[in-house]
Amino acid sequence: MEAFATALPALSDAWALILQPVVLGYLVLGVVMGLAVGVFPGLGGIAGLSLLLPFMFGMDPILGLALMIGMVAVVPTSDTFASVLMGIPGSSASQATVLDGFPMAKKGEAARALSAAFASSLFGGLVGATFLTVFILVARPIVLAFGLPEMLMITILGLSMVAVLAGRYALKGLAAAGLGLMIGTIGEADAGGSLRMSSYDLPYLTDGLKLVIVGLGIFAIPEIVSLLRQDRSIAKGAQLGGGWLDGVRDWFANIWLSVRCSIIGVVVGVIPGLGGSVVDWIAYGHAVQTTKDKSNFGKGEVRGVIGPESSNNAKEGGGLVPTLLFGIPGSGSMAIFIGAVALLGSGSIEVGPGMLKNNLDITYSIVWLLALANVVGTVLCIAASGGIAKLTTIRFTYLAPFLFMLISFAAFQSGQNFEDLLALFVIGLIGIFLRRFDWSRPAFLIGFVLSNPVEKFTNQAFQIASFRFRKSFDQGIEYIFSPIVIVLIVITVVSVFFGIRQAKSIMAEGDVKAGSKRAPVVFLLVIAGYLLTAFINASMIPDYNMTDKVIPLVIGGFALLCCLILMVQMMMRPEGDAIFADKEVAGDEADAPYGLWSTLAWFASLIAGTFFVGFILALVGFLIAFFRVRAGASWPRTLLLTAAGIAFMCLMAGALNRDFPPGLLQGMVDLPWPLK
Amino acid sequence: MTISTFTRRAVVGLLAAAGLAAPATAEVDFSGKTIEWVIPFSETGGSAKWANFFAPLLSEALPGAPTVVVKFMPGAGSTKGANWFQKETHDDGTLLFGTSGSTQFPYLLGDPRVRYEYNDWTPVMASGTGGVAYLNAEDGAKFDGSANMLQDVDFIYGSQGATRLDLVPLLAWQMLGMNVEPVFGIKGRGDGRLMFERGEANIDYQTSSGYLKGSAEMVADGKAVAMMTWGSLDADGNIVRDPTFPEIATFKEVCEATDGCETSGEQWDAWKAFFVAGFPVQKLAFLPAGTPQDVVDTYTAAFEAVVARADFPEISSKRVGKYSVFTGAGAQAALGTATNVPDSAKAYVINWLKESYGVELK
Repeated sequence: MEAFATALPALSDAWALILQPVVLGYLVLGVVMGLAVGVFPGLGGIAGLSLLLPFMFGMDPILGLALMIGMVAVVPTSDTFASVLMGIPGSSASQATVLDGFPMAKKGEAARALSAAFASSLFGGLVGATFLTVFILVARPIVLAFGLPEMLMITILGLSMVAVLAGRYALKGLAAAGLGLMIGTIGEADAGGSLRMSSYDLPYLTDGLKLVIVGLGIFAIPEIVSLLRQDRSIAKGAQLGGGWLDGVRDWFANIWLSVRCSIIGVVVGVIPGLGGSVVDWIAYGHAVQTTKDKSNFGKGEVRGVIGPESSNNAKEGGGLVPTLLFGIPGSGSMAIFIGAVALLGSGSIEVGPGMLKNNLDITYSIVWLLALANVVGTVLCIAASGGIAKLTTIRFTYLAPFLFMLISFAAFQSGQNFEDLLALFVIGLIGIFLRRFDWSRPAFLIGFVLSNPVEKFTNQAFQIASFRFRKSFDQGIEYIFSPIVIVLIVITVVSVFFGIRQAKSIMAEGDVKAGSKRAPVVFLLVIAGYLLTAFINASMIPDYNMTDKVIPLVIGGFALLCCLILMVQMMMRPEGDAIFADKEVAGDEADAPYGLWSTLAWFASLIAGTFFVGFILALVGFLIAFFRVRAGASWPRTLLLTAAGIAFMCLMAGALNRDFPPGLLQGMVDLPWPLK
Repeated sequence: MTISTFTRRAVVGLLAAAGLAAPATAEVDFSGKTIEWVIPFSETGGSAKWANFFAPLLSEALPGAPTVVVKFMPGAGSTKGANWFQKETHDDGTLLFGTSGSTQFPYLLGDPRVRYEYNDWTPVMASGTGGVAYLNAEDGAKFDGSANMLQDVDFIYGSQGATRLDLVPLLAWQMLGMNVEPVFGIKGRGDGRLMFERGEANIDYQTSSGYLKGSAEMVADGKAVAMMTWGSLDADGNIVRDPTFPEIATFKEVCEATDGCETSGEQWDAWKAFFVAGFPVQKLAFLPAGTPQDVVDTYTAAFEAVVARADFPEISSKRVGKYSVFTGAGAQAALGTATNVPDSAKAYVINWLKESYGVELK
């Protein structure tokens, strides 16, 4: 209880620090900057913090903290705009939000979805902070109790959500998850450094594919292309129903779901090494499992928005524990945050084990600044959501070129290679076909996101376990089957059991009609072909690097088996069976006035143009041509929109000090920024 | 020439130059310019911290007080950024590039991705660090200044990879006859420390700043036992006690006390060569090939002014650790020490990596 006796005075000191007008002013400034930066998918927090770094040197610690925390806190809030309105997952924290948020926007309920999401975010943030205030005092031993077997089990729990999201055909979902896992293993292996499906002659692939690119390719591109082909607004019939008050009411009606998901968020966020990648899927799975009528999931169920959004802001609070107590960053932005804290004031605040002893008041200030920033950010976002939701009533042809512009830029920032754009295009193609043939895209993405943790934790836990077993059998068993692991195994088994029963009623892609055999079979063969190639490639890694080959072999073998069974089923079943689901047979896609390839060619032209003349010049050409030819806009309108797009791009990139993809032209002549 | 005479000469030169270099007259003016300091790692690593610490100080010290921004170009363990920098030429002196031990080791080991040549670049600043190895309490009780009683203990160590800076501790432990099994694939030394704290690993090492921040407390609480530092180099290139940790013995002392460990010969020379390349000269700042002397002098003077700040020892030790900082000709000499590893040492390490860990850099 001694800890709590020091905690109360520290807590009141913290509030005295926070509640100064100038501190609040800096917090609001940070929040506003964070919201502005948050429009770039996958870039937000890191770009924003890097921008602030030069000002941190010697700054009054509490002011610097207010500014930085204001910025970091709102990124998982502001990227909700992109996930709900455009179907673009802004970060790993908002992937699951896309599943139901975007269909709601398509139904014209964007404002409702947004405000439900924001209310949940706000609440999650506050629950997280309250929980942390007590928990942080006792967190250290609990965090240390999570060893490698425990982390592996949490990762597997996340992976088990595939069972819920597998779609109508469990086998297809499993194969999609397997494909995601296999694509996640591309590149240099963490453990032994063997190359998988890559070579040193193609250095791009040795680093593996980035989550931003895969997220954008799998979710955003198929949706953008589909809407563009239909030449309509996001909200069908350009009608807006459901105001922002409805969303808040929805949240209130589901407040217990929100509480539970917030707790899930904090607890998983506390564990270092997992980051946010699993939290929102676990929360989404939980939301599905606790809903009686599951038929609306994937089609715009508000509980599917409330669950993940409650967890992702709470997770940010949880992520402070490893960051502050161990000096181990839970995410990229937290890593910069640690570096920046060292620059503050006289450098006396040392993030790490001493933080609780020496700076408990600062620790509490950080926790509650985060909560307060959530409040400010959410209020601003809710206020804006009604207006911003109107974007969904604009004819999509006028939005699409700007979205292509944004996602290309975001993809390039992840690795600063021209190949980033190519990778985005290729993954986008995979996404388009997964969608078309009703293979679960969420399952694919979960597989990809968890590929690295699964492999890493499996290898490391196995190595340490065998080390313990060599000492004694008891020690080994004790290590693998700790109480936490056993609890997690039970949760996983229960969730898989119920998940499989429910999966059939959750149709993320809607009711897809089935057509002829040819196209689905060809797609299956292509997937199986890739899996086989990757399998053979992995089997060629020498045996002394067993750690680098065992996961690709096991997963690849399993996914191939799924494909094989699917193949047999496809041969046995008649045409028109649900296994041959194909969006091009009937529905929105089939009736669309524009074809897939001609629409995709526009995006390809932007990439090809970039290859020759660099991004900005290519963008000028792309925007003008698109507005004139595809949208049929008048010259003044075309030029105005193009100028607006270019100006926005240059302004943001200039402020964030980012470069654009250069082309061959830039290799020959020196051009001034932004053309260089 | 043997490694020790070489290092001695280089270090003597390095120390002399650092002391003698006269401040250059600043004719170059950077008013209104933006200097880009490119770091071939992500925003989150130690090199980012290092550059972010120096950037505002450098901005103040350069004539015309230009804005200094740190840019990140991660990829392929820093070889991507270094390959890019190799193609850059002098423009107006607004490009600076930072490397670390992780850039030096692939260069020394002949990694096939390396397309860069350190000797083409002009170093303007170099800084180093030390490292401390420590054991868990139980096995630490068997440590008596030698590793004699540790040779039949099984150790497990969270490692970032045998071809990285971890090469230095792994080789050292092997020379002591200790059986250390690395668990590869962790992302940073902080994760290694966490693995140690959870009791999954029972041996660990941290760089000086990491040790001070996270591990020293465990040692003070009796939860861990400090084993040895890698040491530091004196003016003659000899390994002496690390000035940051004068109470902890060096690897050299422990090796001398341990049966079967030699502080001479091929194995020792190889270890020492890679230690020198990875620790005393760990991070370097470069101007691109073909930079004229007046620009080099301007940067040298600026970094000298930074180091000469009255508050520099204080702020630097708190923010980036007590690193010795070399500028100008001192940095040039430091580069020599860091990158001129004798072929025999390279060959020994390449063979050892293959034999022990199956790593082949092809």
